[in-house]
Amino acid sequence: MLQEHAKIVQFIALANEVNGRKKLQKMIYIAKKMDFPFAEKYELHMYGPYSEELTLRVEELCEMGFLAERCEDKGSYVQYSYNVTEEGERFVEMAESPHARLSDLLSRLNGKSSRFLELVSTLLYFDYLPKDEQIAKVHIVKNKLNFSEDEMNDAFAFIAELPTCSTVS
Amino acid sequence: MDYKHEKLFEEKVFKDPVHRYIHVRDKVIWDVIGTREFQRLRRIRQLGTTYLVFHGAEHSRFQHSLGVYEIVRRIIDDGFSGQKEWNGEERLLTLCAALLHDLGHGPFSHAFEKVFALDHEKFTQDILTGDTEVNKVLRRVSPDFPQKIADVIGKTYPDKLVVSLISSQIDADRMDYLQRDAYYTGVSYGHFDMERILRVMRPAEEQVVIKFSGMHAVEDYIMSRYQMYWQVYFHPVSRSAEVILMKILHRARHLHNSGYKFTYEPVQFTSFFDRTFGLKEYISLDEGVLMTYFQWWRNEKDEVLADLCDRFLNRRLFQYAEFDPATEYRKIGELEKLFKEAGIDPEYYLVTDSSSDLPYDFYRPGEENERVPIYLQMPSGELRELSRSSEIVDAISGKRRTDHKIYFPEDLLAAKRDENPLYDKILRMLKG
Repeated sequence: MLQEHAKIVQFIALANEVNGRKKLQKMIYIAKKMDFPFAEKYELHMYGPYSEELTLRVEELCEMGFLAERCEDKGSYVQYSYNVTEEGERFVEMAESPHARLSDLLSRLNGKSSRFLELVSTLLYFDYLPKDEQIAKVHIVKNKLNFSEDEMNDAFAFIAELPTCSTVS
Repeated sequence: MDYKHEKLFEEKVFKDPVHRYIHVRDKVIWDVIGTREFQRLRRIRQLGTTYLVFHGAEHSRFQHSLGVYEIVRRIIDDGFSGQKEWNGEERLLTLCAALLHDLGHGPFSHAFEKVFALDHEKFTQDILTGDTEVNKVLRRVSPDFPQKIADVIGKTYPDKLVVSLISSQIDADRMDYLQRDAYYTGVSYGHFDMERILRVMRPAEEQVVIKFSGMHAVEDYIMSRYQMYWQVYFHPVSRSAEVILMKILHRARHLHNSGYKFTYEPVQFTSFFDRTFGLKEYISLDEGVLMTYFQWWRNEKDEVLADLCDRFLNRRLFQYAEFDPATEYRKIGELEKLFKEAGIDPEYYLVTDSSSDLPYDFYRPGEENERVPIYLQMPSGELRELSRSSEIVDAISGKRRTDHKIYFPEDLLAAKRDENPLYDKILRMLKG
């Protein structure tokens, strides 16, 4: 009961804070692709894989008072940051503990920019394709972002080192 | 003449209660409709369990798919054809994508998907590109044609205008289902002036835009959508039936995984329970198959499975109560304990469910939103986001409404409340 809500609160608690809605979307997607058990359904949108269900869940968690949302004016854009409230901490006490490898994954993701995570998650979205077709697809759907060859290489190297849910410590 | 441009000797029409007639002249479209994968859509209801509330809602995804095709055909042939922003070479691709956009829906679409963690859009793409009859027809156009359609449906096709006709905040899919679902449920919401909207749609570089004078018709469409969601799609009784349906599938999977011997082996489900299914197994399922198993499972020795199937078939649905997760999440924990003490498995008989809808949203510069807005084309040619001109749309833009409910078998609890004080306590907690 409310287990899926609890998983999101736990995720943000492990990260301490997540800066940016887009970043949170991509982090959960990447975790899901690494077989961590998140139920939110994703589709390809403007900024890559996006889950309406996750947006809704986060809004609900803010309304419930388990997450706090902070809005920051960054000049040319507005950024939303999320952290867990005291009530949220009490709420997750009812839930099962998160997977041991999740904090390792989170520490790798949280230090990256949302642009980089957008690239990583979009490449993962097309991971059923050969590498050259994956790159071609990213250039088609992200034609305005002009990802460089170096960025592509960094993203592939990053993906290769990501821990999966079943990785042995 | 090549297959792509081949026309039927004479036009075929399907009589349709929403669009009057569906017109088919292209040989490819006619051949696609005849494939077994497309015919399977006749056996999948458009609105899942809604027929248990609105008895007319027995219409299928087959009808809806034809309807979306017809709307797109009218937009292209009667509106866009000859305009410089529209690439006429994309006509057949767009028509096929419209016709086939729901090809991968499974039985009771969303409920089935949730239980088995499936994605109907992925199945649509797999059916298009896999070893199927529909793939064979499409490959006759060109070897890469099935993949191009899959890309349009997956929203990765380079021509965004084509994608936006099938999937956007004002697309042919929504325009058909709102009207069709209103017609078959019999409700008076869901109606809007589609003819007018089609007349004011204009092709632009990356999406369809609306001529400024059509703003009020679009307002009507957005309000229709808002009302249909809350009056029909999120109807709590229909959600109750869906909750039971999902619990049946959960229970059957649980029994299979724990080695239970079914009287009627769930042959067509085992690959789903074991997650070894392929395209063939997926395509072989439809709502008739599920209903047949529910009939058999009603006589299973497992009391939970038998009871849930009987509830679904005979509409003995769960009762519901309002629930506020923010203040009542502890209550759920207490109720789970009480259910267990009373010998009722809360895993199957105590369920929380949320419905939520955002009637219209737009990208605010600088915000990290994801929805492509509806643009009005002003007399000067400038594009202006809809809610900046429409006060009605502005009033509901970005406003999400969410509704939480808790479902439980009131009949079972009420029948024994006098002999078991726990049942009475549970009922008082649930009903206040």
